[in-house]
Amino acid sequence: MEHIVIIGNGISGVTLARHIRKLSNKRITIVSAETDFFFSRTALMYVYMGHMKFEHTQPYENRFWKKNRIDLKKGYVKTIDTTSKTLHFAEGNTLQYDKLVIATGSKPNKFGWPGQDLEGVMGMYHKQDLDNLEKQAPNKDVCKRAVIVGGGLIGIELAEMLNSRSIPVTFLVRESSFWNGVLPEGESEMINRHIKNHHIDLRLSTNLKEIKADENGKVKSVIIEETGEELECNVVGLTAGVTPNIDFIKDSDIETGRGVKVNRFLETNITDVYAIGDCAEQHEAIGNRRPIEAVWYTGRMMGETLAQTICGNRIEYKPGHWFNSAKFLDIEYQTYGWVFGKKGRPDYEQHFHWKHDKEDICITVAYHKDTKEFLGINTFGIRMRHEIFDRWLTEKRNIDYVMSYLKDANFDPEFYKAYESDILTQYNLEFNTNLTAHKKSWKRIFSKV
Amino acid sequence: MKAIKHIGLVIFLIGLATFTALPLLGTFNLNEADFNTIIKGQNIKSEVFINTIKSDIIGQDFSGMQTLSPKISKAIENANEAHTKNKEWDKKIYTKSSDMAAMIGKKSANGFIPNNKGLMWFLTFGLGIIGALMFILPNVILLGKKGIKNDGIYHESATNRGWIGWMVFIFLVSFYLVLYFASEYATNWTLLVDPISEALSGNPAGHWFVYGFMYCTVMTVMAVRMYIKYRHNIYQVFRTTSVLFFQIVFAFLIPEIMVRLQMPYYDFKNAFPLDYDFFFQWNLKDLINNGGIGIFILVWGIVLTLIVVPVMVYFFGKRWYCSWVCGCGGLAETLGDPYRQHSDKSLFAWKVERYLIHAVLVFVLFMTGMTLYSFFTDSSMILGIKTSTVQSIYSLVIGSIFAGVIGTGFYPIFGNRVWCRFGCPLAAYLGFVQRFKSRFRITTNGGQCISCGNCSTYCEQGIDVRAYAQKGENIVRSSCIGCGICSAVCPRGVLKLENGPEKGRINPTEILLGNDVDLMDLVNQK
Repeated sequence: MEHIVIIGNGISGVTLARHIRKLSNKRITIVSAETDFFFSRTALMYVYMGHMKFEHTQPYENRFWKKNRIDLKKGYVKTIDTTSKTLHFAEGNTLQYDKLVIATGSKPNKFGWPGQDLEGVMGMYHKQDLDNLEKQAPNKDVCKRAVIVGGGLIGIELAEMLNSRSIPVTFLVRESSFWNGVLPEGESEMINRHIKNHHIDLRLSTNLKEIKADENGKVKSVIIEETGEELECNVVGLTAGVTPNIDFIKDSDIETGRGVKVNRFLETNITDVYAIGDCAEQHEAIGNRRPIEAVWYTGRMMGETLAQTICGNRIEYKPGHWFNSAKFLDIEYQTYGWVFGKKGRPDYEQHFHWKHDKEDICITVAYHKDTKEFLGINTFGIRMRHEIFDRWLTEKRNIDYVMSYLKDANFDPEFYKAYESDILTQYNLEFNTNLTAHKKSWKRIFSKV
Repeated sequence: MKAIKHIGLVIFLIGLATFTALPLLGTFNLNEADFNTIIKGQNIKSEVFINTIKSDIIGQDFSGMQTLSPKISKAIENANEAHTKNKEWDKKIYTKSSDMAAMIGKKSANGFIPNNKGLMWFLTFGLGIIGALMFILPNVILLGKKGIKNDGIYHESATNRGWIGWMVFIFLVSFYLVLYFASEYATNWTLLVDPISEALSGNPAGHWFVYGFMYCTVMTVMAVRMYIKYRHNIYQVFRTTSVLFFQIVFAFLIPEIMVRLQMPYYDFKNAFPLDYDFFFQWNLKDLINNGGIGIFILVWGIVLTLIVVPVMVYFFGKRWYCSWVCGCGGLAETLGDPYRQHSDKSLFAWKVERYLIHAVLVFVLFMTGMTLYSFFTDSSMILGIKTSTVQSIYSLVIGSIFAGVIGTGFYPIFGNRVWCRFGCPLAAYLGFVQRFKSRFRITTNGGQCISCGNCSTYCEQGIDVRAYAQKGENIVRSSCIGCGICSAVCPRGVLKLENGPEKGRINPTEILLGNDVDLMDLVNQK
């Protein structure tokens, strides 16, 4: 029986294993050094905040694995010998494979800051980071201040976590406005305000110079690059992005760049070795996507795809329309299609922006300035229906159509105040149009094209 | 603000402590005239009993029900023993000793408590309400900006099965045990609410009135907590208002007022088979003897169960009843909300749930069949089984222990919907309709799920919501009562409760939206 070995028990590896099991009888082993069982990394924050216990982050009951004949092996792979198809573990033992899948995910970026390995400096990515944070910052008496470096999605989550235990947070963000490499100005500014409203000390255009230690080798303070200011703190969170977690294969024959280089079939340069998820790097970016996509659902999709290839139906990884979501403290964010921030915005892309006059609710719709084709939408504080936007993107609808049928796309809970009419009124004013809103229609929502 | 909370907590605890101490306090002294009224009312023919009471109880001071109640039960026991021996069946007393003690207690209570009903009400209910509100209201500010407020739930003793949780458990279980099995100890509580009862129905309060009044009070106070906690979520605000309205108006006020108008006591929203004694002989006779209104209730009760309930479930799902109207649901959604995370999500629990709830449904239907057969044929036995025995077993095991003691008492340990999930026969019936013929579903939003597990954790019915959401599949489960919390706690906007066309409602998928369309077609259309 063919033995498939998957290194990494995150969403990519586990999705792959599940789908291989559905399609075949192959022997499957998942190797992980992090935890015994699969858990949802995105939920670690909720454990620290007391919304859940760690076991709630595990999507499958522990007996699931045995029942589905998926062997779990705890161990740290030190080297891979691709000629003899053998994994060598740090613990000294070995494992033979017929096909190997690397799905080891990411690790937090460290940019060589002095003091970046001190006790009390941590990322927020692994289960071990959560345990470490619980130890270093159990409450505001032990941790009198935390400094977070890097204004991305993990950074704001870490800020929310610490905030939930009333630990004062200083949030250093290199950019001039939060996440403005991705978000258009209006939205980015709204998030800036929202962060400050939560009593988080947000410092924009601010970089870390160094982290200082006390006599015990623990974090004592950080120095800010621009002003030289010293901030006393007990915890430093490094959340300036992530990088593929592939140090252990650098010495093997497998080709790597920043990540493990793969073709569109998720195959590496070595036969029978594949890579999926955050650690995989496409030779060439797919559409507007980045060559390395550290996103939950892309990992899952690569797993879904590769299972087909491994089980004899060799297919390309062809992700559909881009979408994503996040939550910034209390503000939910969803995006469908492409809406660019200032950076990297194509010339043809123009925006329509609507914001509620009091609440933190807004949308930005991107369209092609000549053809008026709908390119994408960002929504804050309004939920939208994935299926509808996916269809409109496929059908290449124009922005007028999208604006007048927006009610079909609303996914807010029942009885919520709907803003489609306000949005359309403003749109009509700005674009000198006279569109009328169409009532929500189940028939349209369910019609498959 | 925190100080107000702490003071409120102390005030609440004083009120609660007074309330808890009351069953063992107070003085009782029965006079002969009152006793004669009871003898007449209960049609007691046992001179043994009458003489014992006269010699041992009448004119004597008793301090605390615990000194009085054993004497009464002993008197009944001795009398019945003597009459059994002499084969004087007509003299035997069939009134339960705790009911007798409650009757005597109510008539004979004297001293401070009955003379200061208003003050005592204030020291118990009053302080409880004021203290609880002082504890709850500062959250408007303390909880900060509107949004999901689940911080620290698994750090707090009260909501993480810590010692406070266990104390609440002991209190609730004891309260229900008193209510169902030792109602004489509720005598002092009934005195506190006598003025309210007399204003409504014209009668002094019994222990069920205490329960009803307390139920409404607790729900109202805890509804304030719901309004604050979920103030960003209008669905929760509407739903809370609805259950509160149906509890206060339909379950509490209307039945009491109907009694005042010489009509049968009836809760118009309480549908059979949750209302399991609707077809009991005494109820049917009572309704039939009550003329127009009785017949109306009889017809309405049948129409409610056979037509209104399923039709509404078809259009809106069982939520219209379970989390918008029902009293049990109402308490679960207010008092029980802090405990919703404790429902067991394992596959094992789901199996237990299906066996148990359907067994109760079968039991209630079987019992009702027997009851109706007995009613129409005027026979008390079927195949050698006494109908009344089956009825008593159901009332005791299901009606009292399961629905009351376990259903509510176990909130802090097993979550707030133990009865609704594992026991309620009406929920089982509604569940069939919801699963097989309904427009209701919880829609999963394409491929947005990140498997975080908030939805499953906070599902009070123990549904592993995530298991569906992470597959991109809609949630169509017979047990879902549509509370909407999964949708509220979802950080990515994945879940939405909706009523839509039945076609496409159940949509099992292997590959989620967002991946290669050809792959989706290939795998999903198999």
